[in-house]
Order: sequence, then structure tokens, then C-alpha cells
Amino acid sequence: MSKLHVTTSINGDPVEFLTAPEQTLVDVLREQLDLTGTKEGCSTGDCGACSVLVDGRLVCACLVLAAEAEGAEITTIEGIATADGLHPIQEKFLEHAALQCGICTPGYIVATKALLEKHPEPDEETIRYWLAGNLCRCTGYDKIVRAVQDAATTLAHEA
Amino acid sequence: MAEAKDFKFIGSRPVRPDGVDKVTGRAQFGADLNLPNMLYGRVLRSPHAHARIKRVDVSAALAMPGVYAAISGADFPGAKHGDIGGEGGGDVADVAKNVMARDKVLYHGHAVAAVAATSASLAEAALEAIEVEYDVLTPVLDLDAAMAADAPLVNENCFTKNLPEPAEKPSNIAAVMNLARGDVDEGFEQADVIVEGEYRIPMVHQGYIEPHACTATVNEAGQATVWTCTQGHFSLRSQTASVLDMGIADLKFIASEIGGGFGGKTVIYLEPLAVLLSKQSQRPVKMVMSREEVFRASGPAAGTHCRIRLGAKKDGTITAATAWLAYEAGAFEGAPMGPGAMCVFAPYDLENFRIEGFDVLVNKPKVAAYRAPGAPQAAHAMESALDELARELSMDPIDLRLVNAAQEGTQAAYGPKFPAIGLKECLEAAKVHPNYAKPVPEGAGRGVAVGFWFNAGMESSAEVHLNEDGTVQIIEGNPDIGGSRASMALMAAETLGVPYENIRVLVGDTEASGFSAVTGGSRTTFATGMAVIQACEDVIAQCKARAAATWGVDEDQVAWEDGQAVPVPGVNAELKPLSLADIMKNAARTGGPILGRASLNARGAGAGFSVNFGDLKVDDETGKVDVLSYTAVQDAGKAIHPAYVEGQMQGGAVQGLGWALNEEYVFDADGVLENPGFLDYRIPVASDMPMIDTQIIEVPNPSHPYGVRGVGETPLCAPLAVAANAVRDATGVRVTDLPLSPPKVLAALEGA
Amino acid sequence: MARVVFPDHLLSVTGGVREVEVAAANVRDLLLALEAQFPGSEETLAKSAIAIDGQIHQDAYLEPIGSNSEIFFMLRLEGG
Repeated sequence: MSKLHVTTSINGDPVEFLTAPEQTLVDVLREQLDLTGTKEGCSTGDCGACSVLVDGRLVCACLVLAAEAEGAEITTIEGIATADGLHPIQEKFLEHAALQCGICTPGYIVATKALLEKHPEPDEETIRYWLAGNLCRCTGYDKIVRAVQDAATTLAHEA
Repeated sequence: MAEAKDFKFIGSRPVRPDGVDKVTGRAQFGADLNLPNMLYGRVLRSPHAHARIKRVDVSAALAMPGVYAAISGADFPGAKHGDIGGEGGGDVADVAKNVMARDKVLYHGHAVAAVAATSASLAEAALEAIEVEYDVLTPVLDLDAAMAADAPLVNENCFTKNLPEPAEKPSNIAAVMNLARGDVDEGFEQADVIVEGEYRIPMVHQGYIEPHACTATVNEAGQATVWTCTQGHFSLRSQTASVLDMGIADLKFIASEIGGGFGGKTVIYLEPLAVLLSKQSQRPVKMVMSREEVFRASGPAAGTHCRIRLGAKKDGTITAATAWLAYEAGAFEGAPMGPGAMCVFAPYDLENFRIEGFDVLVNKPKVAAYRAPGAPQAAHAMESALDELARELSMDPIDLRLVNAAQEGTQAAYGPKFPAIGLKECLEAAKVHPNYAKPVPEGAGRGVAVGFWFNAGMESSAEVHLNEDGTVQIIEGNPDIGGSRASMALMAAETLGVPYENIRVLVGDTEASGFSAVTGGSRTTFATGMAVIQACEDVIAQCKARAAATWGVDEDQVAWEDGQAVPVPGVNAELKPLSLADIMKNAARTGGPILGRASLNARGAGAGFSVNFGDLKVDDETGKVDVLSYTAVQDAGKAIHPAYVEGQMQGGAVQGLGWALNEEYVFDADGVLENPGFLDYRIPVASDMPMIDTQIIEVPNPSHPYGVRGVGETPLCAPLAVAANAVRDATGVRVTDLPLSPPKVLAALEGA
Repeated sequence: MARVVFPDHLLSVTGGVREVEVAAANVRDLLLALEAQFPGSEETLAKSAIAIDGQIHQDAYLEPIGSNSEIFFMLRLEGG
């Protein structure tokens, strides 16, 4: 079967690519578009390492067909920091040592951004349940939760 | 060793040098390297848990368009026996056969062949064209059944090692181990109270989020470059060289960033396959394991069957202790029953004990290390038995352990006398910890347990280069799995006396760094840190010589203070200090570039003890166990970067709670793993866990300049029994088999 | 004389002998002395971990041994 031509927007840039119908978004991001910041831990939507935003909605890119990106606005980890520097979420993850190996971190940063847009003042339980779809095997989650709490406070002050 | 004082940099919590790249997605992990002209490799895996391979024919696959390489066992040099080297040793032949089956497949998922094609989907299709004929054999799947005298054999050429008389018949028991002291029978006679327990733990996986991945490229001169996520690129290089019969100089291994290892990424799986496929196709080959492959065909942790018997006096003194510890090795010998046997009684000062260990073959994947390999399973058994003993004696569980705790000078159960250790300090700290004083919440129970690991030293190399402006570049050879670059920079800052921000750390590939043993064994901050410190001292010595030359004085007139060469007090007071930048400005004239180096086999690793306690609640309708609170106390010797030490303690605690509460390999009757994914092999998620409170104890290790003890592995040792003991406390029922999953707990409650 | 203790799994190279006393200035000399007493033992013992007065060493060779040292041969240690 011939490839599909997809026109989309990634991190604010217009992007076009060809994809096999069955290819996933994570595959195209990583293997074709050199956006390897999004990681693939399981391919079945269980680990959240491939978390991206599609039209502002948090999804696992391994569960999205690349073809579904047509006409959508995609945000990946590469689009979180700006020309002005790191996003406060990224700064707080660093400050709180909320990463050890770092493989889950891009997914967490994207998921946290989505969380804080929806719940600007989340309590601990909300944070833990919202981020339950992002697996971390290194940290035991403690410092991640603290980083997210601190990021929420910082963003609230900036607002 | 440096005298205890206020450190200037050590003990602070700066942002790690590699941090920005890791929060922005820039950092490159194992699957992140794409090269021009690259092919995608895929592995054909055995559909049988035990079978003889009659025939493998890859020709049809090779003939397919887009397929440029196809290999099977026949493409490997003959599997020779020999020491694989690296941490625990092991037979090269076993590793070679595990990487690709030769005459037999020994577990479901065992690699049988591999192809490389221009796309992943073409490679998958090519696998289907490979023809394999098997003679299916009965798999041996149960540890106890495997140990029976008449069990079907996993390996007909396996004869039990270390028996008093050489074994006459082959067996699935690859090796036994015995440690004994005193007279246990006499000891049990003296006991006022005796407790016994039998404990079973299934196979589990380290659960790293990043699957194994590598990209290999071989040029026309036969020189290979391998990019791979690993805990030790030097070790993997030498394993690959052994298995492929290649010269070490023809293999360059580059360690990508690594997305977790915990011991599971210290052995080769894909690397030799990718090299051979690249050799055959003359193109780079990228290979990434799927999550399913990681569970089915990498190196999980051994399942165990343990028995403990303890005798004690009324005051808690243990008079006799026996342990019977059987470990699953998987398809090839090498279960960590030795370390398990050495650790089981290690925290305690015992006069009479007997330990028997068994390394048992079963048709499951070959086990690999998982953070203090062997110790968590043994500690679960011993610490659960101690908990029962405390109940029999109506003693506080910490007090019971204090009565028997090993200390400096205690003859360890595994032989030598302990040097300075911190077990008593951890026990005492736990006892007065505010969380211990808090009442156990309604309906919950509290569990206490001790953890122990030897910690390793081993070989490390480091170079320290001064840049022209006096800033500092460290080059070392240890992949950074949890903040080690930050620790190296802190130790260098402290030694040189210059700001942390002036220091950069490179994890060099096998061509750029001196040889270093794996990042594992809780050795990196200790041993590689020691090398970095010594390399900095080398730099200081050279800088002092340059300063002397610049000032026109003898070298013994120069001291080093706060990052500067200064005149020794009392003389030459008019001489102004020279900073690294000053010295470097004049470097070309005083002798050229300044590089410091050190390479060592680190001596004097300090043992790491921990005490953990937690409150867990059991739902008596569903059997679900919730963790309400958890506290980890551990002796770190000296915490170079406390946040990363806390991180090890918290991460290990949660891994241990996952192991205790829900993780297990579920095999069907044919030896096929039924839960090879994160949905059904469910590791703890954020909503499962509370905050993990930590307390770092510092009983300095006299053998390290800053007192460092390794901390990475001990954290996994105590949590299993903490959970088991808490469930016992909450319900009155001792569930001896892990995991304490809802069906198991409910059955235990209903049966009680 | 240093006291040298062998674990169970090394008894096969010492012919069942669990403990000996040896005079040796360092590990290299110890291994040579043990090879003389138990021919063929050196290869296996050299790969072993060895604890000298409580400090565990891997690949020991030049480490000094005192006249009253306590030496335990041990399983080579792993880690994860």
C-alpha cells in the first residue's frame, strides 16, 4: 500500500511527512523527523515515555497513528523550552533532582504541562493520579511529585 | 582520609551537569542514534521453552528484497569455555549461547536467528521466512521440581559443583554452597524459642523503562563501533570480543545515556548480533528490543525458595540460625546464590549458623543482576523470620536487631571481620525517628527490616584536563545512571578548591577513557570518585610545580589553598596567589598542557547497611495492600550529593515494594511468559506510593578520601520484608510467598 | 604467620583443607606459597576475592599481608 502524505504542525513549525498507514506517531517523530526526545518504552501505551500533546491533549504517541497528525498541532518535549530558556517545570525537575536516568523525564515534562494547564493548583493525590500513566523506575516518584508541586506554585505566582 | 570538617562543595545539591539535556530531550539514549544507510535488525526467538534445534535456514530471508543480512548460531565462532570477565565472572560459552542459541533453545524467547533490512517491517517479514526445525523437549519450569533427583535435565552436561564428592549424575543443580560456623545443633539446644519459616518468591524483572538498544557499524577493515545503552561499555566490549572472537582494539563501544539498568544492562544481548549483521551487510544496523522482548529475553532476577530457622534466648540473642536458599539460574548456571548466601546472616553477630545455597537450572531466561543480586530474596526470608522471632519474644523488632547487630570487629557470616560499619547507627536512628514514634494508623500494620550489601571497589580510570582559561574537564568511563557526573564534579571541586560550575564531566567511550568497570555494584561514587580525586591531586601537584617555576622558588615552597597556588606560610609573603586560570595563562612556557590522571583498583569499599520501616494497610474485602508511609534510613558514609543518595534510597524502596506487592513472572505450562508488558507486569505507579521519607546516616568509610560508601544497591534489600512484616502486623496472618498481591492476601485471610 | 581460611567452594583445590597458616609478605607471595602446598590451586585462588583483615579485595596481588593477618578467600563479588 502506498504511503500517506501528512501535513501537520509540530512545536509551532509546519511539517510534512510520508507515512505507512500503520506507522505510529512516535515512530515517525523519532525515526523520520529526528525528534528523538520523545522516548518509546513499551509501544502499548502503558509507560507514558512517549507522552506528547495533540491539539493540547495529552496522549501516548505510540497509540496515535502518524496519519492522525493530519491538521493537528503537536507539542513534543523539544517544544517545551523556549528561546527565553527552560520552562519552570523543567527547572523544578532539575532543582528537585526529579530524574535519575532521565528516560521518563521528557514524558513527565509534557504530562506535567498538561496537568498544570488543567489543574493549576493540584494537591498531591491529583498529581499522583494524573501522572499515574507515566512510569518511573528510578526515583520512586517522591522527588517528581515535589517538583510538580513546586512548579505549580511557581507558575501560579507568574500568572 | 580527609578529616571530618565542613566541606565546601560536598554535601550540596547543585543541578547535575547533564541535567539540561535530560529535561529538554536532547540527551541521546540507546535507541536515539540513526546513521546514514542504516538497516533495522530483528531477532527470531524460540517458540519453545526447551527444544533441540535440528535445522536453521536463513536463506529464504536473505533472498528477500531489502534484506541485507541474516545470521544464526552457525555464524558465531564456536562457543569456547573461559572466564567472561567482568563483575561476577561466568562462562563465555554460556553467554555466547544465550546471545544466540546453538544446538538447543533453553527458554521461550531464546534468540535463534536475526536479520537486518531496510525497514523494521521488512525485517519482521523476513523473520517469518526463516525456517527452523525443533525437537521439542519437556521444559523444567518449577524450582523445586528442577531440584528433584529424577527431574528432566535442562543441560545433560551439568554436574553439580562444590559437592564433597564429585557428582556422578548430571543435575539441574549447577552448584551448591555451604557456609557454617560453630555448632547449630548445640545452639538450638540453648535456645528458649525457635521459629521457622519457608518463603517463595517468583522471578521478577528490573523493569527499566528503556528497552535494550544499540546501533553497530563495521567498516571494511573489520573495525566495529557500537553505540549502546549499558551500565558498562568496557565490560560489554570485552564480552562481545570474547563471543565474536574479535580483538578488543577492533571494537569501539560508546555508552549512550542509559534509561535504567539496575544490573540488567551489564551483559550483552543485542550487541554481538548487531555487529555480525553489520559485518555481513556492510551497513550500520540498529537493533531495539520491544518491551515484550525485554521481559521474555533479557535477564530477570532469580525466583527463590528459602527456609530459615532461628533459635534465640529470651533476651533476643540468637543462638543458632540455619538458611536453605535455592535460586533459579534460568537457562544457564549463575544464579546469585553465593552473594545471597553470604548476605542472609551478614547483619548479625552469630556464633552458630549453617547456610546452604543452590544454583538451579530451569527453562526460563538466564537471570542477571538486580541491585544487590541475591540479597533481597535472602533478606526477605531472614527479616521475615526475625519478625516472627520478635513476636515470640514480645520484643520491639528494632531492639531484637540491636541485640544481635554486627559492628566493627564482628566476624561477618561470610568470613572476615567488619571494619567500621553503620548498622547500629541506622537502627538507633530508626528507633528515634519521628515516623517510628507515630502510631500505626487504624487498620494498618508496621513492618521493619534491615538491608545489607557489600559494595564493590574494582577498576576505574579518570583524567582531569585544565582548559586554557582554568576551567576543568573530567573524563571518566562510567555511564551516568543516577547523577554520578554531579558527584564527580563535586568531588573534583572539593579537591581542587574551585567552583562546581567550572567543571565539566565527560563519560568517555572506550577509546577516550581509561578502562573502567561497570556502573553498578554501588561502586561508582566510591571507586571512580577515588580516581577523579587522585587525578585532581595529580593536577594540583603539577600546578604547584608550575607556580614554583613562575615564582622562581623551590616546589616545597608552594601550597594549594582554595583553588590557588599560594606561598607556604612564613615565606615569600609578597608572592600573589596563582589561580588555575593564572597558571594556565603561563602553561605553554612552564611545560605545556596540564593533565592529571589516575587509574586504580579501588580498595576498601565500605559495606552499606539500611533500616527501613513502613505502614501498610490491607483491605480485607479485596486483599489489596496500600502503602501509607515509608521511611528509609541508610549509611552512606558521606553523601556527596544528598539528593541523589536520597534518590537511590527512594527508588530502591519503591522497586522493593513493587517486588513485594505485585510483581511476578507468570508462566504457563509450556514456559511461555503470560505477562510480558507493563500492563500485566505491573510495577508501582505514582498513585500507588506515598512520599518516601529518608534519613542519611554518615559513618565514614575510612578507605575513601571523603568517607564514601556505595549506596545504590542496599535500598532494595529491606523493602520486601518490610511489606511482608507490615501485612503480618495488620492482619495477624503471615503470608510467606511473594508477591502479596490481592488474590494471595485474600486467600491467606480467608484461610486463616 | 597469617591465618588463611578457605570457603566450601574452594575446598576442591585445597584437597579439603579449610585452614592453613602461611608466612607471606603480600598476596602474590601467598598465592605462590599456596600453589606450592596445593599444586594447581593458584589459577582458581587468583580469581577469588580475598579479605585481608576485614578489607575485601578483588584481583589482589601486591596487597601487604601482616604476620598476624586474617585472610579469607571469598566468592568474587558481583553487583547490579
